[in-house]
Amino acid sequence: MAGTAWSDRLRNLTGRRAGTTPVADPLVADLQQALSADRVHDSGVHRALMKKDASVFTGGVSGPLCYPETTEEVQAIMRIAERHDRAVVPRGAGTGLAGGAIPLGAPIVIAATRMNRIVDVDLDDRVAWVEPGVVNLDLTRHLQPLGFHFAPDPSSQQVCTIGGNVANNSGGPHCLAYGVTNAHVVALEVVLPSGEALMLGGLDAEPLGYDLRGAFVGSEGTLGFTTKVAVTITPNAPAVRTLLLSFDTIRDAANTVGAIIADGIVPAALEVMDQRITEAVENYVGAGYPTDAGAVLLAEVDGLADGIAIDADRIGEIGRAHGAIDVRQAATEEERALLWKGRKTAFGAIAQIAPDYYLHDTVVPRAKLADVLDEVYAIAERHDVLVMNVFHAGDGNLHPLLVFDARIEGKLDAVHAAGSEILAASVAAGGVLSGEHGIGVEKQAYMDQMFTDDDMDHQGRLRRAFDPVCRANPGKVLPMGHSCADIAALRSVPSEVWG
Amino acid sequence: MSPLLAVDDPVLLSFADEVGASGPVAAAGRRTRWERGGALHPDTRLVTAPTGIVAYSPAEMTAQVRAGTSVEEFHLALAEHGQRSALPERGGTVGGAIAVGENAASSLGRGRVRTAVLQIRYVSAEGRMVSGGGPTVKNVTGFDLPRLMVGSLGTLGLFAEAIIRTNPIPEVSVWLRSDDANPFAVPTTVLKPSAILWDGDQTWVELEGHRIDVVSEQGRLGAIGSFREADGPPALPHHRWSLRPAELASLDRAATGAFVASVGTGTVWATNPAPPRSLDLGVAALTERMKHEFDPTGRLNPGRSVATA
Ligand SMILES: Cc1cc2nc3c(=O)[nH]c(=O)nc-3n(C[C@H](O)[C@H](O)[C@H](O)COP(=O)(O)OP(=O)(O)OC[C@H]3O[C@@H](n4cnc5c(N)ncnc54)[C@H](O)[C@@H]3O)c2cc1C
Repeated sequence: MAGTAWSDRLRNLTGRRAGTTPVADPLVADLQQALSADRVHDSGVHRALMKKDASVFTGGVSGPLCYPETTEEVQAIMRIAERHDRAVVPRGAGTGLAGGAIPLGAPIVIAATRMNRIVDVDLDDRVAWVEPGVVNLDLTRHLQPLGFHFAPDPSSQQVCTIGGNVANNSGGPHCLAYGVTNAHVVALEVVLPSGEALMLGGLDAEPLGYDLRGAFVGSEGTLGFTTKVAVTITPNAPAVRTLLLSFDTIRDAANTVGAIIADGIVPAALEVMDQRITEAVENYVGAGYPTDAGAVLLAEVDGLADGIAIDADRIGEIGRAHGAIDVRQAATEEERALLWKGRKTAFGAIAQIAPDYYLHDTVVPRAKLADVLDEVYAIAERHDVLVMNVFHAGDGNLHPLLVFDARIEGKLDAVHAAGSEILAASVAAGGVLSGEHGIGVEKQAYMDQMFTDDDMDHQGRLRRAFDPVCRANPGKVLPMGHSCADIAALRSVPSEVWG
Repeated sequence: MSPLLAVDDPVLLSFADEVGASGPVAAAGRRTRWERGGALHPDTRLVTAPTGIVAYSPAEMTAQVRAGTSVEEFHLALAEHGQRSALPERGGTVGGAIAVGENAASSLGRGRVRTAVLQIRYVSAEGRMVSGGGPTVKNVTGFDLPRLMVGSLGTLGLFAEAIIRTNPIPEVSVWLRSDDANPFAVPTTVLKPSAILWDGDQTWVELEGHRIDVVSEQGRLGAIGSFREADGPPALPHHRWSLRPAELASLDRAATGAFVASVGTGTVWATNPAPPRSLDLGVAALTERMKHEFDPTGRLNPGRSVATA
């Protein structure tokens, strides 16, 4: 049985049977000595909690769980891991959707939860220094009274951490105009798997050396643990307009998006929802979306009042020229907030439809949005899976949401089969495997659709410069054969264990 | 089959052949920043990257351009469709701009080079054609090689081609100049200036956007000084200093000589060279490991180092 083979490998790797707690584990004793007994947990319950993230992937096996509070403690954990030849996996809030935080090989889990201080807000340099466990929305709430915010706003922003945002180079609806996390990180303190603490990047205009900061952002926990982040803070726009455009078909909505961008407007956000998800949202929060439209486009422009009035009118015109059956501007802040609440709770809303969902994430050229969406619906239908589409249309970032009941025999297989066809269709259209969720364990096997062996070999070199033995989050991102040699056992994880 | 796989452009492949797999080699652009990172080893063979715009899709706001193309020529092609990019226009090539990684004086409005490179294709030390990143405006697939390559001075690979993010040229762009404004009050007075330059006496502000917004922003600037329209930015002295934005207020001409500082970013162009900078020991060691991974025999741009740039 595949699962048995997997636990055998883990046993070889960790020197003990995964899932049991031997008495007086010397690893745990060392960790407790370095931190404190109450911040190192090794009970079955604690380890079980760390096994999953927000993805559908299972099969993670966690080692001891640590809650460091300082950079020095993270360094100590890395050194202990090295001494015990144990892998580590950084963990934020566990909202990742590609399995990035899933522990493979019973690693030490380093949780950022207790490193959650906003250390400094520096208005002269327009940066905030934060610890990695700070929750994304908490930072923006902290900055609001000062007239600023943190621009990346993932839909999970109420819980996800800045460290997770950095590791996944996360995006959000308002990243269309303002850029994803990478554009907002100026410096990072990181602890390498060797235990060394380094400052990457800097607050100066053009820091000396390779852009190691840029290389670290989006590395999904495989280069080390970030202990402090300097992010740029963005001034709040004095005016904002939010429009809701309704269409008969999602094709019309998608083509409108392409036409808006082609017109030279850079809206703050352009989000599309199809009819199924709009109905679900309406049943869930009653945000005021029309349920009879084939699709809706939520468009937002921000900036100075006069200019955005021009842009808003133009967006309305472009929409009508592309078949919009209704164009509505939010008249009050309440109306606007409600529309956004609907958009941001879309994933919560589907719980009423089926118990499980699998949220995909690919990017296609905007001109191909309509065609790829057609394909997505056809693929789902072929596999008899319900699909809903709610996505960051402005930058071509599709989020097909496959909704299902995993208890039904064969359903999960159908979901995976449909997912891999969606990936192939996106890449064939000139797109990429992931726009914001990352590769994790989810898309490793598909990396060769986008990259040659030479390309992946070079990605591996980047990784090895930071982490020569691949101790940090092994078994992620690069596919088997391109991962690190010493954690070789992880490479042959049978795909069934993820089921 | 992915359109991204295995580069088949014969122009790129022959560039890879030219770079080959042995002997010291470097790519020369227009030599506008040839001195950056130190002098090349004298035996170094020079190659030039191929030229030409391969594909340009204004509606996607992306352009695929070969590295030897001049930035001016690239921008002329974009301007025909009302667009531009973050690459600085200073007589160099696209590949050179990426290798050096310096931002334009108007980077507040045009963006930074390091976020503009969506995909990079380069010839490796082994003479192989390698691609990093992807063609779309948003992408987190795999490790971020484009970020690593920006500012790498060709020490990790020789650039053949890139996909660059483009931006719409705003309806109106104006440069304003003032003799009496406090430059550090500008960021809190106007929302999104495209540039704020200061030479210790005068302040230049570039405002861009809808005409109606530019006019109202100009009105707001009146509260902090008297501004008149100017022909453009001031001439920029040769040497480049990289400071924190907050450090600009204490700039001292005794150290810098005549200067023009970019308020909000921290770049300073000065007649005196910047004091030497150095990397922290740990970062220097990581830098060396990176170089060794990508160029184990040290054949790419020998003599040149990002650690002394
Ligand atoms: C309902 C829902 C909506 C979402 N919407 C969006 C969206 O709009 N946009 C988007 O981009 N994503 C979205 N996501 C995905 C997810 O929320 C983001 O990827 C988020 O940034 C992950 O943060 P986290 O704190 O939960 O990280 P985790 O899931 O805990 O970890 C994610 C990765 O980061 C690494 N990591 C965590 N902390 C550190 C650290 N301190 N140092 C180094 N590595 C670290 C982990 O090892 C792992 O590889 C959504 C997820 C859900 C469930």
